[in-house]
Amino acid sequence: MNLLVILLSAILVNNFVLVRFLGICPFMGVSKQVETALGMGLATTFVMVVASAATWLIQWFILEPFGLPFLQNVAFILVIASMVQLVEMFLHKTSPSLYRSMGIFLPLITTNCAILGLAIMAVQGGYTFIESVVFGLGGGLGFTLALVLLAGIREELRFSDVPKPLQGAGIAFIVAGLLSLAFSGFAGLV
Amino acid sequence: MKGILNDLRRGLWSENPTFRIMIGLCPTLAVTTSAINGMSMGLATTFVLVCSSALISLLKNLIPDKVRIPSFIIIIATFVTIVDLFMNALLPDLHRVLGLFIPLIVVNCIVLGRAEAYASKMPVINSIFDGLGMGLGFTWALTLLGSIREILGAGSIFGKQLLPEGTPTLGIMGLPPGAFITLGILMALMNMIAARQNKVS
Repeated sequence: MNLLVILLSAILVNNFVLVRFLGICPFMGVSKQVETALGMGLATTFVMVVASAATWLIQWFILEPFGLPFLQNVAFILVIASMVQLVEMFLHKTSPSLYRSMGIFLPLITTNCAILGLAIMAVQGGYTFIESVVFGLGGGLGFTLALVLLAGIREELRFSDVPKPLQGAGIAFIVAGLLSLAFSGFAGLV
Repeated sequence: MKGILNDLRRGLWSENPTFRIMIGLCPTLAVTTSAINGMSMGLATTFVLVCSSALISLLKNLIPDKVRIPSFIIIIATFVTIVDLFMNALLPDLHRVLGLFIPLIVVNCIVLGRAEAYASKMPVINSIFDGLGMGLGFTWALTLLGSIREILGAGSIFGKQLLPEGTPTLGIMGLPPGAFITLGILMALMNMIAARQNKVS
């Protein structure tokens, strides 16, 4: 039950992108086509699940017992960077076609603040191991949902008459604002 | 001397990180609920930018090319930890408001971007002024966004009451949708100004 609350809360109520403002750069950068948005979202979800498990183990088995919580930032970002590298190598070996289609976006996942943010929030929230992993999954799915929704709307926007200064980022931000307004309807659900 | 001034000026307008290059957007949206929050976040980022640019520029010949990105990230994370601990000790209220976004300066693309694109190639003095310019450019953008949201959302600026008591305010400006919409409109305004400048010159 508790796990379901964590999952729903991370996907809808406290959506990482639209409510917590995490991962805005890929949200704006990779949301021009639904297909790439979906690929990016799923790759990020995968890294989030793996990273939330790894950072939980590091926090409670290394940093806390040895009294090193002040090294949290440095340790977490290094773990995340190596996770992304691992995912990249794994995809390169097992599925070259998927690797090629996501190529450039993969290394950029390291600087997606949603992942470091997720790891820090899971520690601050005092989650157990399973809860952290579920939180990571929910965060990733919420990120994917927001990304795909925005990409769908932006695909349609290409056929509409947008005033020149608003074209590109301007209108995308306003659309994101309206999406965020819609998501605030989920407030109080859990 | 002229080169240094150019380094400083670039970040303020022509390569402004927020409005022209559009990087570092997460803190831009998240902490600008008021002018003072936006400004504090900007200044904290400026400190990290200047220090990490200086150190990376000093060490550029010592860092092997293959491991430069992890090395840069460790240098940046160290300065972010310093800011985090200092603010927690000296400005606990502000630290609570900015919360998660202080440690997240580590993954702010502005810092790593300047390290990779500028500080790892240029002399120390130029890198410091480049970092300062980018940081201040980021700071004014955040302060502007924070001021607009604070005036429209709460009728005050820097915590001082601006509009007369009882003026209706837009509560939505303090919430996430207000952040997205305000930034979208500001971007359009900056595009119009830039387009006009190009026409004149």
